[in-house]
Amino acid sequence: MLKLHNANVGSVVTVKDLTSTGLLRERMLALGLTKGAQVEVVRRGPSGDPTVFNIRGAMIALRNEEASMITIS
Amino acid sequence: MGLTYQSTKATALKDTFQIKKNPGQYVIALAGNPNTGKSTVFNSLTGLRQHTGNWPGKTVVNARGEFSYNDDEFILVDLPGTYSLFSSSVEEEVARDFICFGNTDAVIVVVDATCLERNLNLVYQLMELTDKLVLCINLIDEAKSKKIEIDAKGLESELGIPVVLCAARSDIGISDLKAALYQVATGIIKPSTNVVYYEGPIEALLTKLNPILMKYAKNINPRWLALRIIDGDEKLIESIKDYITDEDLDNIEIILEENKLAYDKQALRDSIASTIYNKVEHVTKTYVKNSSKKVNRDRLIDNYITSKVFGIPLMLLTLALILWITISGANYPSSLLAKFFFGIEGKITIFFNYIQAPDWVHGVLVLGLYRTLVWVISVMLPPMAIFFPLFTILEDLGYLPRVAFNMDHLFKKACAHGKQCLTMCMGFGCNAAGIISCRIIDSPRERLIAILTNNFVPCNGRFPTLIAISTVFLVSRGKYGILPVLSVTGLVVIGIAITLLVSYLLSKTILKGIPSTFTLELPPYRIPRIGQVLYRSIIDRTIFVLWRAIIIAAPAGVITWIFGNIYIRDLGIIGHVAGFLNPAARLIGLDGFILMAFILGLPANEIVLPILLMSYLSTGSMIEFESIDSLRRILLDNGWTYLTALNTMLFCLLHWPCATSLLTIKKETASIKWTLLAALIPTGVAIIVCSITTLIFKLFGWG
Repeated sequence: MLKLHNANVGSVVTVKDLTSTGLLRERMLALGLTKGAQVEVVRRGPSGDPTVFNIRGAMIALRNEEASMITIS
Repeated sequence: MGLTYQSTKATALKDTFQIKKNPGQYVIALAGNPNTGKSTVFNSLTGLRQHTGNWPGKTVVNARGEFSYNDDEFILVDLPGTYSLFSSSVEEEVARDFICFGNTDAVIVVVDATCLERNLNLVYQLMELTDKLVLCINLIDEAKSKKIEIDAKGLESELGIPVVLCAARSDIGISDLKAALYQVATGIIKPSTNVVYYEGPIEALLTKLNPILMKYAKNINPRWLALRIIDGDEKLIESIKDYITDEDLDNIEIILEENKLAYDKQALRDSIASTIYNKVEHVTKTYVKNSSKKVNRDRLIDNYITSKVFGIPLMLLTLALILWITISGANYPSSLLAKFFFGIEGKITIFFNYIQAPDWVHGVLVLGLYRTLVWVISVMLPPMAIFFPLFTILEDLGYLPRVAFNMDHLFKKACAHGKQCLTMCMGFGCNAAGIISCRIIDSPRERLIAILTNNFVPCNGRFPTLIAISTVFLVSRGKYGILPVLSVTGLVVIGIAITLLVSYLLSKTILKGIPSTFTLELPPYRIPRIGQVLYRSIIDRTIFVLWRAIIIAAPAGVITWIFGNIYIRDLGIIGHVAGFLNPAARLIGLDGFILMAFILGLPANEIVLPILLMSYLSTGSMIEFESIDSLRRILLDNGWTYLTALNTMLFCLLHWPCATSLLTIKKETASIKWTLLAALIPTGVAIIVCSITTLIFKLFGWG
């Protein structure tokens, strides 16, 4: 299963599912990480983590731990 | 909006849900995502007449303001910025409860024209909650320059609520907004919101619950309430139980039992969120035209600001540059102010002699009170008046989240929260404000770490001390004040390093745990409005901090002078205390007077240096210090070496938090234990670091 933290910089991927629960899942949904949402991988931070994603037009930085809870296709 | 120092005046949240209003007055809530320019809309509507009774939500200060339109009064309440209303954080809960249970007459929802898709999610959620809604699409100027076109009329009929296009910082669209708001709040227009329809089974259940909840439609939207009952929002259900009769509650229970949905709570929440976002996606595609080419200015800037190679060096360079401008710019006005005030002192002294006032009156009022005040003003005002506007510009540009982004991997290694970096940035202004801003960290463990270590960032009360000492000892050794700049920058870096180290140690000992989640939005870069910057940094920050320093410095000056001049045998009380502290102080490379000044400086760090100087002067070596330069002579005469200077700066950087900070910690943690630790940890660190430097200096024979 492909996870968001493995996606290459510059690629545009589609959200398949979230494996997060509770508050974090709620936060992710609020940011627009719903099934079928398009996410662009914009850039990685100075040490390769966190990564900036373009989620519904907003630049959101997620740590690898969070990005790995988002399965993509 | 950044934190202002008003935020230290905390008031209870729940009390403010009901806002007092007279006939002809309307309460308006201002909602919206973070970073949509909500506070600019607020200021534009109220004409910057911010109410002094600001109340803090979680991250930002929620201001109240007033304006009138057509002879009616409007009370505007700025709610915390939120992405959603599902109470997954305290901000969301505050915003939702205010709209739900407060006596609002209308809600303005501010959205970012350049990021409409994400913003409309909140709009649809609000539309379920209330129909007295006005949509303010802000930053329309930015959207234009990004070649984004928005069909406001189309959106208006799609959503069913008034839509106003605004560029609040240029006051564009604000009168239209007022007009729309007036019509909605007074009931001239009754918007009929076109809410989202969910998947079949959910809608079926909503229809079944509707007849029961219709009875309460006057207080709360039945459809919204039914949705929250279905998705099992326990906190909300608990708080509405008082409003609903037991019989109805039982009936709801029965309906829910008979019509069990096929999904669990999580799937239900997913479905609701997806449905809203699918709708939003469709609406954005229909009414927003984006014809910009792919090259994006922000991304070009970010290529450097957040780059692997330049990111961190650029950050340090920015810090050094700000300090350089501050130090070199403050030098001249500082000595000018000092000359001016000490010139007046001469005149006052002549007056005192003329009226033949006793010596002690002159001592207390002039040598004690006046001199300390003069010192505080002439040393603190110029650097603050330069530093704060520069810092506010960085804040408004959108640079701080980038700093947090660049530094995050270090905080992750320290098992701390990435947003701790933002709270440290706030600490540069004032540690008490920094400690309050720790509320943006959701996880209690990491919030505590951020609170306990915030003190390692030098606040503006300590910057003048650091700047003054480094200038006195280093300015003659380098041109253009480069050495003091480097040494103060170095001290800030040491402070950051110690923050990380202590955070790591806390994470491995008393605050064990793994880093929690981290989502950080990098807002678009925005060109700061100089007028706003000056207003906020000078009025809100500089004057506030200076005033605090003055009211503490005045009595401290008097007391210090009295203690310095009441003699027991042949030495003033201050001399005795300093003598008592001296052996311990020597071990950490200070002297008894310095340690005593830090102890007496507990109420506010700003007064440490003036107290120290007065103590030195009161022991006999009466030198008039007419300019900042004579500071060097006073210090050298009292046996200062490079080690003394270095350790005084280190001790200043690392020692216990000031009383205001400690009180704030007490308030924020509601625990004596953590407050005590917040005092003991920095004290321990300061003693250890200063002992090490003393040892090194002694080993090499420098000291």
